[in-house]
Amino acid sequence: MSAALPGIVWRRRADAAFRALALLVLFVALAALGTLIWDIVSDGAGALSWSFITSFSSRRASQAGIWHALTGSVFVILVTTVLAVPVGVAAAIYLEEYGGRSLVARIIELNITNLAAVPSIIYGLLGLGLFVRMMGMGRSILAGAATLALLVLPVVILSTREALRAVPKSLREGSYALGASKWQTIWHQVLPVATPGILTGLILALSRAIGETAPLITIGAVTFITFAPDSIWSPFTVLPIQIFNWVSRPQVEFQAVAAGGILVLVALLLSMNAAAIWLRDRHQKRGTW
Amino acid sequence: MRAEAADRPDLPAKVEVDSLNFFYGAKRALEDISIRIKPNVVTAFIGPSGCGKSTFLRTLNRMNDIIPGTRVEGRVLIDNVDIYGSGMDVVHLRRRVGMVFQKSNPFPKSIFENIAYGLRVNGMAGSKSELAGRIEECLKQAAIWDEVKDRLDESALAMSGGQQQRLCIARALAIRPDIILMDEPASALDPIATQHIEELIYDLKQAYTIVIVTHNMQQAARVSDQTAFFWLGRLVEYDRTERIFTAPSEKLTEDYVTGRFG
Repeated sequence: MSAALPGIVWRRRADAAFRALALLVLFVALAALGTLIWDIVSDGAGALSWSFITSFSSRRASQAGIWHALTGSVFVILVTTVLAVPVGVAAAIYLEEYGGRSLVARIIELNITNLAAVPSIIYGLLGLGLFVRMMGMGRSILAGAATLALLVLPVVILSTREALRAVPKSLREGSYALGASKWQTIWHQVLPVATPGILTGLILALSRAIGETAPLITIGAVTFITFAPDSIWSPFTVLPIQIFNWVSRPQVEFQAVAAGGILVLVALLLSMNAAAIWLRDRHQKRGTW
Repeated sequence: MRAEAADRPDLPAKVEVDSLNFFYGAKRALEDISIRIKPNVVTAFIGPSGCGKSTFLRTLNRMNDIIPGTRVEGRVLIDNVDIYGSGMDVVHLRRRVGMVFQKSNPFPKSIFENIAYGLRVNGMAGSKSELAGRIEECLKQAAIWDEVKDRLDESALAMSGGQQQRLCIARALAIRPDIILMDEPASALDPIATQHIEELIYDLKQAYTIVIVTHNMQQAARVSDQTAFFWLGRLVEYDRTERIFTAPSEKLTEDYVTGRFG
């Protein structure tokens, strides 16, 4: 054992060097994030208060609040979820389980992959033409949510397919061998096991949707609004649009208000993700493979 | 009883395979297989890795259907019905021809639900007490009831490997198949668990037709009445197990069972 293997010293050094490099890169990324958060917190913490959360927009920075945009964002995301999840999951099930290698399935698949890379403003234009004008939804929450649902649909479909593909073949075979039909196998065995993976994809997709500004401006989300939405037909604004509106005002005081708005957006995003992770973990505990 | 069913050529075949060819894409995995499997007999398929014995087993409940790019030629008759015929409902076929896999694959659910699943999807669950009774019955048949009766609500994944495999057998029994296909059911188990499974196979023979694929020739000799030896996708020899292991008619079979290759 005493004689070292040839080259072992170099291999250890290369190992250590790579470790150091990886740590450095991680540190750079974390430092950038840390600086960003510190900057926003130091600017916006002063603006945060209960009345900031519960007030509506105002021309005076001291009275400006975010309630309308917060409720608008929550409303839009809820409707987006309701629209995108069933369609996206169903499409993924078709492509992964039923479509096989048929030409139609392959064309659809190629299109979906391409759609995931289309700039969001294009979806805004589509939403404006299709939902706002042709289908007559107006500049409503429903039109905004439908546009965002289209935007995130490719992500939902692709990640759901990945999750379905990761379900062990032995599980499907076990189900088929008991005389279960394809649909019974998918519904009772495959989907429950794939759910944590599907939820992970949803977190990513909805996090993208909640930060989107361009498509909603395109379809005509209002930037100055003094009421909270009360139905899916209401005009609305969302947090990123409100923040953009504040940032672009000349008065210095509004910069702090904008930073406060960013903090609210980040908090909403984090709590949404936390909820999804909680759901996922609960599901994993119930049925681990 | 043991030798009787195997020895009677007059008994109608439970499974009759007629010049079966099987393809993975362009590759022919099974060549011109013809075999008659008798009811209430244990038939073992032996042969070296890649000889097609598992593939052949899986043609008997059309489990290969779910692998894309596969193709079957020839006929497989079960109780005189061609299971590759146009009128065959594959779901119904698999209810009658159960399967136990090499690697135990319990569902990530409770022990109770693992067995209830097959009954439910086939509309055989009945009332709550009927379901519970049926579950107890097949867990007893699979000789695992005493070990699990107090923890039916626990996850099946918490069981040992041997218990999981017996649960999978119980699960297959629950829907009352006629035929049970076993694909190396004990290959991942320790000797004691293997012995449990082998004793179980011996008991189940009374009520079921059993086909077992095994790598282990001692196992084939211990549990089976008939043995089929496969080599390179062909059925080389098929006879009573004693003959295969003591006086095979093919040189190839003799070389294999005496351990000269494979």
